[in-house]
Amino acid sequence: MSGLATPRLRVPRIARAGEAFEVRLLMEHRMESGIRIGAPSVPRDMLASMTVAAGGETLFEARFGNGTAANPFHVFWLRLDRTADLVFTYADEQGRTASATHRVTVA
Amino acid sequence: MTTSRRAFLAALALAPVPFAAVAEAGALDRAIAEATGGRTPTDGGVTLSAPTVAENGGQVPVTVTVESPQDGTLHVTAIHLFATRNPTPGVASFRLTRAVAKPEVTTRIRLAEEQVVVAIAELSDGTLRRATASVRVTTGGCLS
Repeated sequence: MSGLATPRLRVPRIARAGEAFEVRLLMEHRMESGIRIGAPSVPRDMLASMTVAAGGETLFEARFGNGTAANPFHVFWLRLDRTADLVFTYADEQGRTASATHRVTVA
Repeated sequence: MTTSRRAFLAALALAPVPFAAVAEAGALDRAIAEATGGRTPTDGGVTLSAPTVAENGGQVPVTVTVESPQDGTLHVTAIHLFATRNPTPGVASFRLTRAVAKPEVTTRIRLAEEQVVVAIAELSDGTLRRATASVRVTTGGCLS
């Protein structure tokens, strides 16, 4: 049981070799830090990291601290030399993971 | 028990606050030192875009843009974000590779109150650059 939502992504299906394309990622997660001011704390439930990999090689990696907002949203730019399956993986602090795969065809 | 008012007030002042709204002094410096390996960043060469006034401190959009060609000669290897007046300073750290085509990352962060946000970029030549942005927060994002 994964327990995590499926990452939502907006990534082009076709790209030109070496040219920048935009990656937009949204992950549904409440990112509960457990911190409450002047109130009892609540159980912590945070995502720890997000990685983008292609062919086993990490292209981009994020590590989240308490200051990352709920439902983490990220935009960045990648480039590829050849067609690849991009694997987007989120892991939470309990070690659960959720991932999505997206093929980018390089023309 | 004959506790004087003065002794009582002194004890009150010394009692640890269970949850301080702001991280203790030094936590920010420690977090930055940990991320940068103790090296000192220089200002400039990186831009941190954030709203001057954020209505919802729970979702503040920020974009870090680094001046870097992103080619074989020079590329950004890491971008770190810190909040100076959150309960904990760490916001996020990003590791970038040559496959990252533009030296730019956008995310959404949480800010507990009006404060300065710090972005530090690490480049492949080992240099560190820093940018700051001051954000006023209408509704705090960390506490509810």
